[in-house]
Amino acid sequence: MSLLPAALIDGVMYAAWLFLVAVGLTLIYGVMKILNMAHGSLYTIGAYTAITLVTQWLAGGSEPLFSYVLLIVAAVITGVVLGIIIEYGLLRHFYREEPVVLLLMTYAVFLILEDAVKLIWGVEPYVAYEPYGLLGNFTIGTLSYPNYSFVIVGAAILSGVALALFLKFTRYGKLLRAVIHDQEVSKAININVQRYFLYTFIVGAMLAALGGALTAPTISVAPGMGVDVIVLAFAVVVIGGLGSLPGAALGALIVGLVRSFAVHYWPEVELFSIYAVMAIVLAVRPKGLFAAAEPRKI
Amino acid sequence: MSLRIKILPLALAAGLLSVSAPTLAQSAKPIKIGVVTFMSGAAAGPFGVPARQAAEVVAEQLNAGKVPAPYNTVGFGGAPLELVYLDESGSTSKQVTEFRNLVQQANVDMVIGYTSSGNCLAIAPVAEEMQTLTVLFDCGTPRIFEDASYKYVFRPVAHATMDNVAAARYVLERKPDLVTYAGINQNYAWGQDAWNDFEGTLKQLKPDVKLTTSQMPKLGAGQYNAEISSLMAANPDVLHSSFWGGDLEGFIVQAQARGLLTRSLTVLTAGETATHRPNNQIPDGTVIGARGPHGAFAPDSALNTWLRESYRVKFDADPSYPSYKMAQSILGVKAAYEKAQQANGGKAPSTDQIISAFEYLKFDSPSGEVEMALGKGHQAIQGTAIGAVKKVDGKITYVDVRRFEASEVNPPEGVKSIDWINNGLKH
Amino acid sequence: MNTTFNPQRTGMVAAAYTVVALAVGYAFPQWQFLLAVALSKGLVALGLVLLLRSGLASFGQGLYYCAGAYSVGMAMTYLEWNNLVVLLVGATLLAAVLGGILGFLLARYRDIFFAMLTLALSMILYGLLMRYPVLGGSDGFNVYAPVIFGEKLSRPALFAVTVILTGVTVWAIQRYLQSRAGRLGPAIKDNEVRVEYLGASARRNIHLNYILAAGLAGFGGGLSSFSIGHIDPDMAFWTTSGEFVFIAILGGTRNAYAPLLGAIVLELIRSLAYQYAPNTWQVVMGASMLALIVFLPGGLISLTQRALEKRRARQHAQEAGL
Repeated sequence: MSLLPAALIDGVMYAAWLFLVAVGLTLIYGVMKILNMAHGSLYTIGAYTAITLVTQWLAGGSEPLFSYVLLIVAAVITGVVLGIIIEYGLLRHFYREEPVVLLLMTYAVFLILEDAVKLIWGVEPYVAYEPYGLLGNFTIGTLSYPNYSFVIVGAAILSGVALALFLKFTRYGKLLRAVIHDQEVSKAININVQRYFLYTFIVGAMLAALGGALTAPTISVAPGMGVDVIVLAFAVVVIGGLGSLPGAALGALIVGLVRSFAVHYWPEVELFSIYAVMAIVLAVRPKGLFAAAEPRKI
Repeated sequence: MSLRIKILPLALAAGLLSVSAPTLAQSAKPIKIGVVTFMSGAAAGPFGVPARQAAEVVAEQLNAGKVPAPYNTVGFGGAPLELVYLDESGSTSKQVTEFRNLVQQANVDMVIGYTSSGNCLAIAPVAEEMQTLTVLFDCGTPRIFEDASYKYVFRPVAHATMDNVAAARYVLERKPDLVTYAGINQNYAWGQDAWNDFEGTLKQLKPDVKLTTSQMPKLGAGQYNAEISSLMAANPDVLHSSFWGGDLEGFIVQAQARGLLTRSLTVLTAGETATHRPNNQIPDGTVIGARGPHGAFAPDSALNTWLRESYRVKFDADPSYPSYKMAQSILGVKAAYEKAQQANGGKAPSTDQIISAFEYLKFDSPSGEVEMALGKGHQAIQGTAIGAVKKVDGKITYVDVRRFEASEVNPPEGVKSIDWINNGLKH
Repeated sequence: MNTTFNPQRTGMVAAAYTVVALAVGYAFPQWQFLLAVALSKGLVALGLVLLLRSGLASFGQGLYYCAGAYSVGMAMTYLEWNNLVVLLVGATLLAAVLGGILGFLLARYRDIFFAMLTLALSMILYGLLMRYPVLGGSDGFNVYAPVIFGEKLSRPALFAVTVILTGVTVWAIQRYLQSRAGRLGPAIKDNEVRVEYLGASARRNIHLNYILAAGLAGFGGGLSSFSIGHIDPDMAFWTTSGEFVFIAILGGTRNAYAPLLGAIVLELIRSLAYQYAPNTWQVVMGASMLALIVFLPGGLISLTQRALEKRRARQHAQEAGL
C-alpha cells in the first residue's frame, strides 16, 4: 500500500523533530535531576529570536543561504542568555530543596517567560518562510517533501551523535557521566559540579532553542506555541526514561511513528494517541524504557 | 445670617439644578459599551486586533457624526459612545467572571463581542441572568439560537453554517463532475461543525461523492507534514479547510512547498484573514471565504467606502472580515437604538425598547443588507460571497466571485442547521 | 496541652469560618460569585494539599475536577437531573471511584513520574472530550441552577450552600488530618522506608489520600459548575491543574483552611490583574510563585501561624510573670 512508505517517512521526520525538542530536557534531568517545565518557553524564544534575526537579515537583501547559520546563532544566543539567567540567577540557589520545589520553580519561570514573549514581541504572529523553500523539493513517487525537512532530521541525528560521542570519548564527557552517576562523590573528588550544571543547562537550553529555531521557518510563530511542546517533550522523555539519551531517541521514534500511523490510517485517535502510549509504557515499565536502575537510599 | 440660612438657598438651587440636569445631560450621557475580543494569544492577530481596531474607528467616527446615512447621527441617537475593552483569551470560566465584572463593576450599558463559540454559548445565559443587552459579533456556532431562546442576546451576523454550505455549493458549480473530496480541519467544535456542514451539503447535492480522508489535527498543532502527506496520497478533487490564524498560515506554507494546494481545488472557508498577511503564499485558484460578504467581497456602497477609508487612514491597513463584522454589529445596535428612540418620542430608550426594535430588524451595513430573521428575531441572515484568488502585481484579487442569496445558504426559521442540511436544504 | 487536636475547637473554627464567609457575602453581594468559585477551587486544592503533605505533586487534579463537573453537566443535559444533592454526590462518587481505580496505577510512583503520569491522564480526558461532540466537544455544556427541596436555587442561596458545604468539608478534612491516617502523610514525605518499618503501609495511605483528593476535586468541580454555569474540556487541560498547584502552594499545606485562603487570594489578584494588566497576568503569577517559594515556603497560612504563635508566646510570658 502506498500509504506505508509515506507513514514511515513522516514518522521519522516527526520523530527527528521530537528528539531535537526532547533531548535537551532529558539531558538536564539526567545531570541535574531537574525536570525543566520552562523547556517549552526556551523553544518558543528560540523560534522568535530566529525569526527576528532572519527577517532582519533578509530585509537587508543579503545572501539568503546564510539565514541557516542565523538559525543556529539564534539558538545559541537564546540558550546562553536564558541558560545563565535561569540556572545561575535562580535555580542554583535552591538545589538543596526537594525536586518538587524545583519543578514548581521551573513552572513559575515558564509562566513568566510566556508573558515576556508577549511583552517583547507582541501578540501578532511572525513568519519567515524563505529558509523553508530555498532548498527545493525531493520527490518519491507521488509524494514530494521539501528538503528542509531533512535538515531537521540531520540536525537531530547530528546532535544525538555529537552528545553520545562527547559523553563517551571526551574527558569532559566522562566527568559529566560521573556527575550524572553520583553528584556527591563527584564533588568529593573535586569535580566542579556547579560549573557542570551551568554548562549542561546552557546546552540543554540551546538544544530546546535549536528545535524552535529550526521549526520557525515552517510555521507561523505566535505566543503560546510552547505549551503543547512541553507536553510532547515530557511524553517522549518519560517514555524513553528520564536522563537517558538513547531513551529519548527511542521514545521519539515510537511517538513519531505511532502518531504518523494514526494520521494515515486512523485519524480519529491522533489527538490522544501520544498520551495513551505514555500511559501504557509507564504502566508496564514505571520508569520508562531505558531507565537506569537506581538504588533506594535510606 | 446664620450659616444654616445661607446654605438653604444654595441647597434649593442645587436641588433644582439636579432635577433639571438629567434632561440636559440625557442627550450627552455617554453609552458605555463593553467590547470583548481577543487581545492576546493565537486568535489576537487574525481576529481580535482587526475587530478591536474596527470598534475604535467606528466609535470615533460615530461620535464625530461622520458616518454616511442612515447612520449620520452622533453616537447612538446623539449619545456618544464610550468603549471599554476586555480580553477574550483565557478559559471560559474566566470569561464568565469577567462578563459579570463588566456589568457589575464597570457598569456597561451593553456588551458587544465574543469570537469563540465556546464563550458565546457560556455567556448567553449569563447575559440573560444579568439582563444586559449582549451582541455576539463573530462566533460561528449555529447552536446559540437553535438550542435555546434568549431575550437579551443578539447576533447581527450570520453563523458559520452559511460559510460551509456556500463553499460546497461553489465547488459543485465549479467542478460539477467532482468525485472525491477530503478535508483538514482543526479538531474542535469549530472545525468539526464546519466539516460536517460541508460534507453534509456536498452529499445532499451530489450523493455519489466519495470521501478520501478527513484529517483532524488538534488546534494549534502548527506542523502538518503527516497530514499533508496523507492528503497528497489521497489526491482528492476538492480539499476543504476551515483553518484559521497561525495554523492556516503554517498549513499554507507547508502545503504549498509540496504542491498540495494546486493539485486539488482547495477551499478555505475562513481564509480571508490570511490574505491580508504580507508575502502570504496563497496560490492562484484557491477558493477563499470571508464568512460573509466582507472585505473584498463587500458590495460598493457609501458605507463600505467609508469603512475602508477611515480604517486605512487610522491603521494603514485594510479591514478584514472581523473588522466588517464588528462594524456591522455596532451599526445594527445603532439602528435598533434609534428606531426605539423614535418610537419613544426622542427620549433615550430602555433596554427593553431597544430589544423590541432589534427583533426582526432589517438594517444596512458596509457588507450590504442584514435581516434579523432567525432565532425569533435575534439571529441575522445575509447573503454571502466566495471567490478564487488571482494575484495581480503581488496583490490578492478575486475572480469567479459567486454571490449567494441568504436563503440559499441559511436555514429557515425554526429549523436547526444540521436538520436543514440533512433534509436537502429545503426552504 | 496541644490545643489544635481538640475536636471541639476544630468544630468551632469551622463554624466561625462559615459564619464569617456568609456575612461577607451578605454584606458585599457583588463578591458572592467570586467567593463561591474561589471556595470550590479551594476544595480541589485541598485535595492537592493532602497529596503535597505526602510529598507528591499532582499535575492532574484537573482530571477529577473536570470529571465531577461533567457528571453534573451531562446528567443535567441528558438525564435532566437537577437535584443538588444527587448531582453533587454523583460527582464526588464518580471522581472518587475513578481515583480509586487510577490510584492502583499511580500509588507506585513518586516525584516527577507521579506528576507526569497524572498530567498525562488528565490530558487523555481532555483529548476524549474535545473529540466527541456527544461529550460536548470543545464547546462543553451549560449548567443551570440546581433544585433543592423542590425550589430552584437563587444566586445568593447557591453562594450560601457553597459556603456551608465547604465549611463542612474543611472541618471533616481537618479532623482527618488530625487522625492517624492523616498524620502519616508528613511521615511518608520524610522517610517512606521508616514508615514501613514502623508497620504502616505507605502505598495504602497514598492510595487513600489519592482517592480523597479525587473526591474533593470532583466535589469542587460539581460545585463550581453551578456557580460558573458552564463546563468545557479546558478544565482537564494541564494548565488548569497547574493553577490548583499554585493555589495549594500559595495557601500552604499546614491545615485544611490554607487552600481556601490561597484560592480567595488568587481570585482577587486575578480579577485585579486582569482588569489593569491583561498581558502581564502570568508574569504576576509566576513571580509571586517564586517569591512565595523563596520567602514564604509555608504559604500564606504560615503568616497566620506566625501571628498565632507570637500571641501565644506573649500569653505564656505573661502567665510566667515576665
